[in-house]
Amino acid sequence: MIRVWSWGALLTGLVIMVLPLVGMTEFSLRMRRGEYSFDAYTKVLADPAFQQTFGYSVIMALFTIAFGVLLVVPTAYWVRLKMPWARPYVEFITLLPLVIPAIVVVFGYIRLYNTSSWLPLTGTAMGTNVLLMFGYAMLALPYMYRSVDTGLRTIDIATLTEAAQSLGAGWITILARIILPNVLVAVLSGAFLTFAIVIGEFTMAALLNRPAFGPYLQVLGANRAYEPAALAVVSFAITWGCMGLIQLVTRLSKHTRAQS
Amino acid sequence: MPPRPDMPLPAPAAPAPVGPVPSTATRPSTAPRAPARRVLPWHWLGLLPFTIFALLFLILPTMKIVVGAFQTVDGTFTLENLRGLNTPSILSSYWVSIKLSVITAALGCAIGFAMAAAMILGRLPKGLRGPLLTFSGVASNFAGVPLAFAFIATLGPVGLVTIWLRTHMGIDLRAMGFNVLSFWGLVLTYLFFQIPLMILIITPAIDGLKREWREAAAILGASGWQYWRMVALPILFPSLLGTFALLFANSFGAVATAFALTGPQLNIVPIKLFAQIRGDVLGDPHLGYALAFGMIVITAIANTVYIVLRARSERWLK
Repeated sequence: MIRVWSWGALLTGLVIMVLPLVGMTEFSLRMRRGEYSFDAYTKVLADPAFQQTFGYSVIMALFTIAFGVLLVVPTAYWVRLKMPWARPYVEFITLLPLVIPAIVVVFGYIRLYNTSSWLPLTGTAMGTNVLLMFGYAMLALPYMYRSVDTGLRTIDIATLTEAAQSLGAGWITILARIILPNVLVAVLSGAFLTFAIVIGEFTMAALLNRPAFGPYLQVLGANRAYEPAALAVVSFAITWGCMGLIQLVTRLSKHTRAQS
Repeated sequence: MPPRPDMPLPAPAAPAPVGPVPSTATRPSTAPRAPARRVLPWHWLGLLPFTIFALLFLILPTMKIVVGAFQTVDGTFTLENLRGLNTPSILSSYWVSIKLSVITAALGCAIGFAMAAAMILGRLPKGLRGPLLTFSGVASNFAGVPLAFAFIATLGPVGLVTIWLRTHMGIDLRAMGFNVLSFWGLVLTYLFFQIPLMILIITPAIDGLKREWREAAAILGASGWQYWRMVALPILFPSLLGTFALLFANSFGAVATAFALTGPQLNIVPIKLFAQIRGDVLGDPHLGYALAFGMIVITAIANTVYIVLRARSERWLK
């Protein structure tokens, strides 16, 4: 009896979660009348606007990841090593992006960094790109920090640091060659999640008027029928790929640790 | 390559790496230092890059909105902006937003909880757990514009389900008044990421229900229903309510999905704010601040509830 109810609950939920995926996949194949084809995919993937916006978002994602790693790894390391008392405060700040809606923060950016302010980032395209990158880093901060901090917990950073210091390593060497390799799995998990977030992000890019993938998708959706579904399938595949990679690196690291 | 004013390596902030180091109590003093020379606490400099980043790109922009909500155009203090929110159009947008968030959070909680409980306690094959959790991780991150497309392709006028229901079951969703671009369409769409989020958050809590509690209840003669009503649910209650608050905040601040689904027409707060930022549709920039301030207040309340209740529930689920 319990089993029947359980299957019922599970299947009901799965219907809501799986049907849209089936629907979008089926729809994306329907472009040619009367038969299934990949027309929508070939058409949209050949679209120069798609290539440009997608390329832009990928580059933004890579910069965001690089900046996030440079910001979060030393901070989390430093807090754990020297200022444990500050951890709750730092953690609280890293959770704030989940509390404050992104649209509010970007509204603040526009008002704070406009052309007549002390830091006119939105005045130039490059400046706006930088601002958007910081915005993305802010969005990804909760995930990145959590991931790296958990990774640091599993290694004995105090001993590692002292050992490295007694061998004459400076702080940069310690961070780059001791700490970073040891938390690489955590960093990669955070990086893949950041990638998934940045690729699909719409609000910030649209309001800062940058040619990113999210706004392009939205415009395409308002004007075409089958291509948006094809891109939705592509986006889902990217999200799935990122999550899969996170699982993969986590599993691989467990193996190496067990062997050593 | 963007310039990075706040290069985040704490190298310059570090005290000399050799010799007598930190004054923190983390290290036992194996070698007693002769003169107790107080080293100035330079440690905090290591936090400087992070602090600057958080200030510039998180705290100050938010403060700007909060302060702006209480200012007139020439900068004097006022409550007029907040009073300006009291128009039928804005109030109804808040009302629709709150309704949307409450409904999707409640349904998400109920369905997600049922699924998680079925997965853990329902005597289903063990192999289901891993894939379901992975799938939840993906689905909870699959929000925004593509999700809207998925629902249009499924429940839209020529969507898979719509056509199937019409040709095979003789049910015309349109004629029944259902439209994916409406409020209820939005509810269904939001459920797509609310349910998996609920599964991800509530699974550890259900895992934490100890078997002994159930056995103890059974020994005292409790039926399964009594066990749930008097033992399990009260223990899970803080988790459930806390997750509800989180799901509420999650859907309250969401812009992209709704915007891609319905365009700028649907009257909910995030979309109104979006239109206001783009084109000052309210005709008063400071009213925009007040609108955003209202959003902060509501999500802050929801998240505070979540954090407080989460701390309470962790007492049981060690």
